Amino acid sequence: MNKPENIQEVKHHEFLVTNTDFEVRSLDTICVNESELKHPVWYNLKYLVTGILFGILLVKAEVISWFRIQEMFRFQSFHMYGVIGSAVVVGMISVWLIKKFKIKTIYGEPIEFVSKKLNKGNIYGGLIFGFGWALTGACPGPLFAQIGTGATVIVVTLLSAIAGTWVYGKWRSRLPH
Amino acid sequence: MLEFLKQPWPWYVSGPLIGLMVPALLIAGNKSFGISSSLRHICAACMPAKIPFFQYDWKKEVWNLFFVAGILLGGIVVAMFLQNPDPVNVSPALVTELNQYGISDYKGLVPADLFNWDSLFTARGFILMIVGGFLVGFGTRYAGGCTSGHSIMGLSNLQLPSLIATICFMAGGIIMANLILPLILNL
Repeated sequence: MNKPENIQEVKHHEFLVTNTDFEVRSLDTICVNESELKHPVWYNLKYLVTGILFGILLVKAEVISWFRIQEMFRFQSFHMYGVIGSAVVVGMISVWLIKKFKIKTIYGEPIEFVSKKLNKGNIYGGLIFGFGWALTGACPGPLFAQIGTGATVIVVTLLSAIAGTWVYGKWRSRLPH
Repeated sequence: MLEFLKQPWPWYVSGPLIGLMVPALLIAGNKSFGISSSLRHICAACMPAKIPFFQYDWKKEVWNLFFVAGILLGGIVVAMFLQNPDPVNVSPALVTELNQYGISDYKGLVPADLFNWDSLFTARGFILMIVGGFLVGFGTRYAGGCTSGHSIMGLSNLQLPSLIATICFMAGGIIMANLILPLILNL
């Protein structure tokens, strides 16, 4: 994490470390950052548009396909490794550039990342999600895209995933972290 | 042009474009790319049930719900305008293997032989759709993220927990697909 330098960055850093709601929110979430700005709800339409583009990409890359996920876990095709690998490389370069040139948001807010510590959940939860990924052939994003492409029964899978998240929240204090 | 777009997009086109979601969301408003949190926001909004894990201001995270609604709409856009008319072109080794279980319909990205309303309450369908979905929701939150939050956003930000989580996603998937799923598909 870069050391905040100017006043605006110091203020944003204080906001991130003193905001208690953000603390609850950041439980079991990786690299949370947050905006201090409050905008009308319709400002969120830009995320709807970004989501549409992402949804189209997920379908056209075929990463929402159960078949492609089976190929990946059986090492029968390079396709999925190519998609995820090249996405990570582009993401890494982007984050590096944002940090290096202190690129701000379109509203002029500094972008700062809060690092998270490793916990046992990353391992146990990771394995559990891996089992689910190979069964359903979908991670959470593709579930939404699959429903969109007309696989209506996946609504049930999505509701079950929401139930899984709820049960995790309920049992959270009893699970090793 | 439309015919060209209707084909599946190769990994070296789609992968880098997916990676661009990371800076797009950061620059658009300081948002970390991640999908599985949306499931938590839905819980916090609809049935928090006094569970501390769901006591936060989910309205501040509503952007994430707009984002996943967009993903669903993106799926509809493809189904209406950009649908690939050909069956999914999967590796011959997988075709041979799946043949043993009576899976031969490659028309959709989601195999119609396995995922349909009629098979929801058969043992095989129940495990694939309902148990599988539960494990996805439980596991991603326990791990603190999914493929987007950990494997793309977290790795982009060089986070060690994300690397470990990603290795575990793969390990879990490899164990399930190769050792356990064949038994389930035989049901």
